[in-house]
Amino acid sequence: MRAPHPAPHLVVVGASTGGLKAVRKILGPGDAEWPFAMIIALHRSDDSHGLAAALGGGVRDVDDKDALLAGRVYLAPAGYHLLVDGPVVSLSVDDPVRFSRPSIDVLFETAADAYGARTTGIILTGGNRDGSRGLARVAAEGGTALIQDPTTAESRVMPEAALDAVPNAQVLSLAEIGQVLRAFAPSEEFAHGY
Amino acid sequence: MTTVAAVDSVNTVLEQIEIDALLEAVFRHYGLDFRSYARASLTRRVRKFVDEEGVRTVSGVQDRVLHEEAAMQRLLSTLTVNVTSMFRDPGFYRSFRTHVAPLLRTYPYVRIWHAGCSTGEEVYSMAILLHEEGLLARTRIYATDIDEDALALAREGIYPLHKMKDYSRGYLAAGGNGSLSDYYTAAYESARLRGFLGERALFTRHNLAMDGAFAEFTAIVCRNVMIYFDRSLQDRVHKLFDESLVRLGVLALGTRESLRTHRSEPRYESLDAEQRIYRKVVA
Repeated sequence: MRAPHPAPHLVVVGASTGGLKAVRKILGPGDAEWPFAMIIALHRSDDSHGLAAALGGGVRDVDDKDALLAGRVYLAPAGYHLLVDGPVVSLSVDDPVRFSRPSIDVLFETAADAYGARTTGIILTGGNRDGSRGLARVAAEGGTALIQDPTTAESRVMPEAALDAVPNAQVLSLAEIGQVLRAFAPSEEFAHGY
Repeated sequence: MTTVAAVDSVNTVLEQIEIDALLEAVFRHYGLDFRSYARASLTRRVRKFVDEEGVRTVSGVQDRVLHEEAAMQRLLSTLTVNVTSMFRDPGFYRSFRTHVAPLLRTYPYVRIWHAGCSTGEEVYSMAILLHEEGLLARTRIYATDIDEDALALAREGIYPLHKMKDYSRGYLAAGGNGSLSDYYTAAYESARLRGFLGERALFTRHNLAMDGAFAEFTAIVCRNVMIYFDRSLQDRVHKLFDESLVRLGVLALGTRESLRTHRSEPRYESLDAEQRIYRKVVA
């Protein structure tokens, strides 16, 4: 295994209702050596704890200014926005955006700002429309947009809103999204990332 | 042919050039330094300001701010005012009661620096806690912020009445001994905090990015303020706090902030690792 190094590619994941199960499914058992960094924003109450452990798959809680390293999976903390800030993450306690904190839009928009075309945005099940603007930004920057097939989602509001905003996104089942991530080959062309 | 994606990326780069120019101009003209603020948050706030001011570009903001001082005050408020509430993170206050109050009791006189107090909600929360722990009378809280408008609100200690229900829940979860309504009087739509809570607090201007140490403190509380700073500015502030703390003094950060990887880390031990409350162990 290689020493921790800055992530050349960033995968951002957003979900709310039913998100815990869906995220676990795409992460798999946690033995994958991802060639990218992954950040998950999952809506929940401000005082919820222990979600990182419940997600499994090597998911870790984020502290402000943690470096984005390849192979790591980061969880946006409850009650904070998580912003991608160049090679690190910054937290903020600004007002909720569209009633959400963490806001999936804020995560995805700052990911697109920092990683541009080297961003993959994934919208999963959810009961509100957060994430659609962020996914549109990812797509506009030339990044990859993936959406859980709304017909397979526990709540279809979020994936449908994302699809409205990004009609060209790939619509996939959870198993297929997992396959896309596992097929993500480490590549020398990404070696000059952050 | 230029693709939409390429145009967008060019705009992002151009926007950062304009923000660099704005921050440099504000620093040279007004002496206010935002160059080491965390860029992602700052960019979002500048975009919001562009919208609110009804200008077209960040360069338009620069023109207005350099030629109208009132616009500079508005920009300052937009860039710095942090959302705050009474008893945010009740677990922190519970831990402060358990781990810090007993330490403070060993001092005849307690000085607390609340750095980045914004509109004061957390200062009054701390004053209530200290009162219930029998410590308020021997304590002086130096509550500082960069923004005079926020400080003026903090001095008043008047908050929207409708927020008190949420704050009451926080107060009880924080281990409050009584009822939050013991500490304010309601009038119309407002809750005015009782005078004795503010009497031990001194609300005064201090800029963490530029100003130096000004007293020696028993404890420093700086929660969710440095998350808006980049690493270099965070290092500066940690050095400032280290210079300002007595030996065995207490440093309280936000629950997702860490001393880990900062130069001053070896000089501290954890009092409560989860709540990010530290104690300085060297002179």
